[in-house]
Amino acid sequence: MSLDPSVMTTRRTTPIPVGILAAVGVAFLAIPLVGLLLRTPWSRLPELLTSPVATEALRLSLITSISATVLAVLVGVPLAWVLARARVPGRTFIRALVTLPLVLPPVVGGVALLLAFGRRGLVGQYLYDWFGIQLPFSTAGVILAEAFVAMPFLVITVEGALRSADPRFEEAAATLGAKRWTILRRITLPLIGPALLAGTILAWARALGEFGATITFAGNLPGVTQTLPLAVYSALDTDREAAIALSLVLLLASLAVLLLLRDRYLRGGSS
Amino acid sequence: MSLHAELALERPAFTLDLMLDASDGQTIGLLGPNGSGKSTTLRCLAGLEQPQRGVVEITGTTVTDTARGIDVPPERRSVGYVFQDYLLFPHMSVLDNVSFGLRARGAGRKEADAAARAWLERLDIADLATRRPGQLSGGQAQRVALARALVTDPDLLLLDEPLAALDAGTRASVRSLLRRHLADFRGAVVLVTHDPMDAMVLADRVVVLEEGRVVQTGTPGEIARRPASDYVAQLVGVNMLRGHAADGTVSLAGGGEIRIADQAIVGTVIVALRPEAISVHLHHPEGSARNVWQASVTALESRGDLVRVELDGPPTVTAVITPGAVADLGLHEGARVWLSAKATELDVYPA
Repeated sequence: MSLDPSVMTTRRTTPIPVGILAAVGVAFLAIPLVGLLLRTPWSRLPELLTSPVATEALRLSLITSISATVLAVLVGVPLAWVLARARVPGRTFIRALVTLPLVLPPVVGGVALLLAFGRRGLVGQYLYDWFGIQLPFSTAGVILAEAFVAMPFLVITVEGALRSADPRFEEAAATLGAKRWTILRRITLPLIGPALLAGTILAWARALGEFGATITFAGNLPGVTQTLPLAVYSALDTDREAAIALSLVLLLASLAVLLLLRDRYLRGGSS
Repeated sequence: MSLHAELALERPAFTLDLMLDASDGQTIGLLGPNGSGKSTTLRCLAGLEQPQRGVVEITGTTVTDTARGIDVPPERRSVGYVFQDYLLFPHMSVLDNVSFGLRARGAGRKEADAAARAWLERLDIADLATRRPGQLSGGQAQRVALARALVTDPDLLLLDEPLAALDAGTRASVRSLLRRHLADFRGAVVLVTHDPMDAMVLADRVVVLEEGRVVQTGTPGEIARRPASDYVAQLVGVNMLRGHAADGTVSLAGGGEIRIADQAIVGTVIVALRPEAISVHLHHPEGSARNVWQASVTALESRGDLVRVELDGPPTVTAVITPGAVADLGLHEGARVWLSAKATELDVYPA
């Protein structure tokens, strides 16, 4: 059926209890946002957002979230490709592993990262002994923590697109003389382009908002590991208005993401 | 031989077992119902699938030989493939679709675009160069697909139901366009279709496939005049009657007798009788026709300007007459009529 449900002319009445509960739901989601906007110290906003702590957090958040996204795309796309196309043993297990960070409490992810990459960790001890690399409580650690929680969004989105893409386009390209790499570059990736973009934006949004794993694995050092969400958390005790101002920045970023992905999430229906 | 193929492969729906040979410039029409293995044959020729046993040679190069473990991948075969639903790359312009094959084979952008443009001009679609496939009509998409397949100058051209996705009006014009360009093509062509008209117009030789097996090969004319199976007879619209011939008479397996002109032919034969060669009468005709029998009308079906009349004999046949004749004779389902057919109008051949 290609009919848009919103233009269907059948009369559908909403039972009253359903309407009331739905209204409560809307209010529940809307009131905190209204509260945030009402309490925003608009006149002090420029000053609050240009304070050293705020600019440092903004800068750090941008750098780490973008780096984490690049990292997630770099390994996430090949991983999605393998999950969708390759016949590898234990694929179900790999998929479960990829999905786990979606449902895992981020703080547990942080603990796990610490046990793996900490100075005495599984991998971390060699990184430190051989190369002198220390990931916990460093900016690189923040990137790692963010990538850990953000990658599943990318992998799952891209894998779904690869599965639903018609493999016969790739066959057509092969009969035209294209080798595998050319097919991947010029046919497969462009065909899943919109999904790849959506997955990237989702992953970035998740990385930007990351809190639990970051604070557990990388700590809360201003200028080094204190990203926006961490700065908000810290400022809540010292300067409530600064916390509100920084929250506003994160809210705007979320709205921007929603706007970019509106075709995917705001249209509703079966698509 | 430009193309030599022997393919054997098992599928739930059919067991493919076929041998194909085509010389340069020859078009083979692979005719058969759905699920008879036509598309699988093309996929094996293109290297998209590997037969369980088989050999494929294209202009003397062995690209498949299961016994020797040879399986040249599709990108290294010189094959042009026009897919049933064209499979034009939706994210590329028409020009980029057509130049894709040359670019993939290492040509520079300028050179590839020039060659692609030349093909678009040859197919009268130069004005579509910047369009996306989604903005094309079926007939236009078909031309782009053809240009895309031919631009790399393949040794073998494969066409999978090239006209199936088109509406009746476009079909005829695209069919004649295909006919022109197939005539210019120097390599061998294998055309898959379930429409006998496509095979008749486009193919030099027709191979009829049923459940993966070749049931008949011949020129389009031979196939149309002397179908070897009920499927083909039905496709080409010829009455096919099986029976035993002796002394100028065929005793039909389905009951009744047919007198034939050829006194010498003896044994199991097929009598092919064109529907146009049957005359329908209200009363027993007095004339030269050697075969006269009574039948009742079981169905009337209009086909273009003519009416197909299904008649229950024996022998049971289909006749084609004009709507005027239907009106004059007052034909209706259940009407009893007399039929006649001249012995000279019959084609009799060994089964």
